Amino acid sequence: MPRLLILFAHPLLEKSRVHSRLIKELKGLPDVTFHDLYEAYPDFDINVPFEQSLLLRHDVIVMQHPLYWYSAPPIMKQWIDLVLEHGWAYGKGGTQLTGKMLCNFLSAGSTLSSYTNEGQHAFPIRQFLLPFQQTAALCHMQYLPPFVVPGSHQLGKEMIDEYASQYRQLLQMLTEITVAAHDSTATFLNDWLTPSLHTQALNNGPE
Amino acid sequence: MDQNNIFFQAMVYLAAAVVMVPIAKKLNLGSVLGYLLAGVLIGPAVLGFVGHEGESVMHFAEFGVVMMLFIIGLELEPTVLWRMRRSIIGMGGLQVAGTALLLFTGAMMFGLPWQQAVALGGILALSSTAIVLQTMQEKGLMKTASGQSAFSVLLFQDIAVIPMLALFPLLQNLPLPASADDHSSTSMVAHLPAWLQALVLLGVVASIIVAARFIMRPLFRLIAASRLHEMFTATALLIVVGITVLMTMVGLSPALGSFLAGVVLANSEYRHELESNIEPFKGLLLGLFFISVGATIDFRQVLDQPLQLAGIVLGLMVLKVLVLFAIGKIFKMGLDQNLIYSVALSQVGEFAFVLFSFSASNGILPQALIDTMIAAVAISMALSPLLLLALERFVLQRIVTNTPDDDRPADTIMEENPVIIAGFGDFGNAVGRFLRAHKVGVTILDNDVERVELLRRLGFKVYYGDASRSELLASAGAAKAKLIIITIEPSEKRLELINTIKKHFPNLRMLVRASNRFDAYDQMNAGMLHIYRETIDTALRVGVDTMHFLGHRNYTATRAARQFLRLDEANLKKLSSIRDPDEYINTAREKIEELEQTLQSDLFHLGKSEKSWDEEGLIAEALQPNPINNGQEKAAPK
Repeated sequence: MPRLLILFAHPLLEKSRVHSRLIKELKGLPDVTFHDLYEAYPDFDINVPFEQSLLLRHDVIVMQHPLYWYSAPPIMKQWIDLVLEHGWAYGKGGTQLTGKMLCNFLSAGSTLSSYTNEGQHAFPIRQFLLPFQQTAALCHMQYLPPFVVPGSHQLGKEMIDEYASQYRQLLQMLTEITVAAHDSTATFLNDWLTPSLHTQALNNGPE
Repeated sequence: MDQNNIFFQAMVYLAAAVVMVPIAKKLNLGSVLGYLLAGVLIGPAVLGFVGHEGESVMHFAEFGVVMMLFIIGLELEPTVLWRMRRSIIGMGGLQVAGTALLLFTGAMMFGLPWQQAVALGGILALSSTAIVLQTMQEKGLMKTASGQSAFSVLLFQDIAVIPMLALFPLLQNLPLPASADDHSSTSMVAHLPAWLQALVLLGVVASIIVAARFIMRPLFRLIAASRLHEMFTATALLIVVGITVLMTMVGLSPALGSFLAGVVLANSEYRHELESNIEPFKGLLLGLFFISVGATIDFRQVLDQPLQLAGIVLGLMVLKVLVLFAIGKIFKMGLDQNLIYSVALSQVGEFAFVLFSFSASNGILPQALIDTMIAAVAISMALSPLLLLALERFVLQRIVTNTPDDDRPADTIMEENPVIIAGFGDFGNAVGRFLRAHKVGVTILDNDVERVELLRRLGFKVYYGDASRSELLASAGAAKAKLIIITIEPSEKRLELINTIKKHFPNLRMLVRASNRFDAYDQMNAGMLHIYRETIDTALRVGVDTMHFLGHRNYTATRAARQFLRLDEANLKKLSSIRDPDEYINTAREKIEELEQTLQSDLFHLGKSEKSWDEEGLIAEALQPNPINNGQEKAAPK
């Protein structure tokens, strides 16, 4: 049974550089289900029972999307609003998702340094992801650190390839290993792999 | 000039009506008063075109009342009638019994023999179905508590006429007039023993119900399938006339018989069609009836004994109003509703004319008394609409209790669905199914016999008829509905329907199906705001799927189709406004020109690049060295 479900939300994949490259890595990953929301619901008419059955069949839920205006593209919110029903995902009797894991895989146009108190965006990325984190908590799910591809506007092809390989490794880890073995207090999922590499990318940006 | 010439007569009546009724309407007097005035005008008092033959015209015109009751029956489903049983028997019974009893006492006090007092009491207790219902319908009161109560009382009175006709011969107290022969008994069954008479009566009523239930529907289907509109009219008339003949033969009230047939047919899908076919005849005959009542008012009699006549009319009407008002109180009607219904029913009805001549030939009442009474009846009929008018103007405005309808469940007579769908072909039925699935009340008009049959079996409310006729629209509740969805074919018929609605129901919102751009142009010219071209949405869905199968993203293709539709609609409006409808002949060449214009417009608008989620600008900006940003980033290494 595939363990990991990717809820993919990109309104214009045709012009994407990062995500179109990332999802090429999905080939040959046996335990991953890729679910392209904009492709499945071009009119935003989400099939709630189907989405819920998908959730029940997976243990790890990954929301993969670019960060637009400090949040996910609108279909992701539509999905959350419709699928995570009261009495099903949260509230009285809402225990269907208990014990599952949720995590964001996102790309951001600006570098991580602009997501600091002194930077252009004034707050760290994790703070913008609080709505997702608390959504997971409300649904009795464990929220994992996000995988972030920052500075995507300036990334060269090699760097994107590097992130793609991280993407593949992390997905594999999430499907194979029990998460308890890992550090869910890390700031980014990227840190699970090679903290040095990520820190380097963070400090210097791509060349 | 030969005044007996039927065409001359017809001309006089019609001219009087055409002149007087619009004037009365303009003065807010209502059509009934207009007709009555027309009658007075052509009667012996003023122009003298109509003499005593006016009475025979009146007898003929009473047929309008029969038709009116047939139509009322059509609007009353049996279940609704059953729900009204309490008010029909309670209010109606009390009214007839109470009024008759008081009138009887009064007549006895004037020293009349008891037989004459009984006859007068019975006759004068009745009110005029024609005047009351016509007036109240015109004022839109039929659905209010007062309208419903008035209707209940009138219905009971119509039933009460039957025993009266049966019992009157027992009241004979004068020598029979010389001319009287067995002609006085209209009934063919009078010579039979009583038990057999009763059996025949029951048999006739039962056969009307059975025929209406099991024979008429297949008959209508057959006739509707012939697609000859006049045959439908003929059949509808045949039913009413046939019932009248049958009922007269056995001595029952024709009005009651046709009412019964109407009730039985109320569940039928042909109900609206029947209604709209009978309606014009009913209107004309009722008008004729009112005119002849007006012509009957004998002004010489009024001038001879003005005080006596005034006293009789006043006494009669006051007494009737008091009894009715008391009953209204018992049945807990609001003050204003009670006043309206009491005053509305205050006149003596058309049955009085029949019963008076019946009394004369049966030696019950003396001719002199009858003449006075007929004058009084006619005057009361003319007065009651005026009184109702005065009541509305001067009294009710001050009371304004306007209780938002009392605790009685509203007895619905008309369809009250918010949506009418005209045409239930493939297009209409998709809309109808969708609306019904969401519990939106839909009344459907369609003119395909087999489809109507089938849909009714499946539980839809479908009615047979040509939707572009205003009478059918009216009976389908167009005056109350919120909107109408027009999907009938062909497009010319839709324009016809649009014009009918604009004229008769200007407040009804129209959602119109258009076959193509040219159809849409015509509808725009007709002022339509909600136009739905039937092929464009589906065609664009095919376009989206095609792009998808060719590897385009679904969402992008969907957005493109939306944008295309938006631009196309805008373009449609633009082209429509520069098009000259007079010069436009819709030739093949022009269609090609139109196509060319649209295609060029597509290229122009859609060729522009889309900017949504475009990151090129952002990327360019990010790659440009920006001193301030760089400084910040260097100052804040993480």
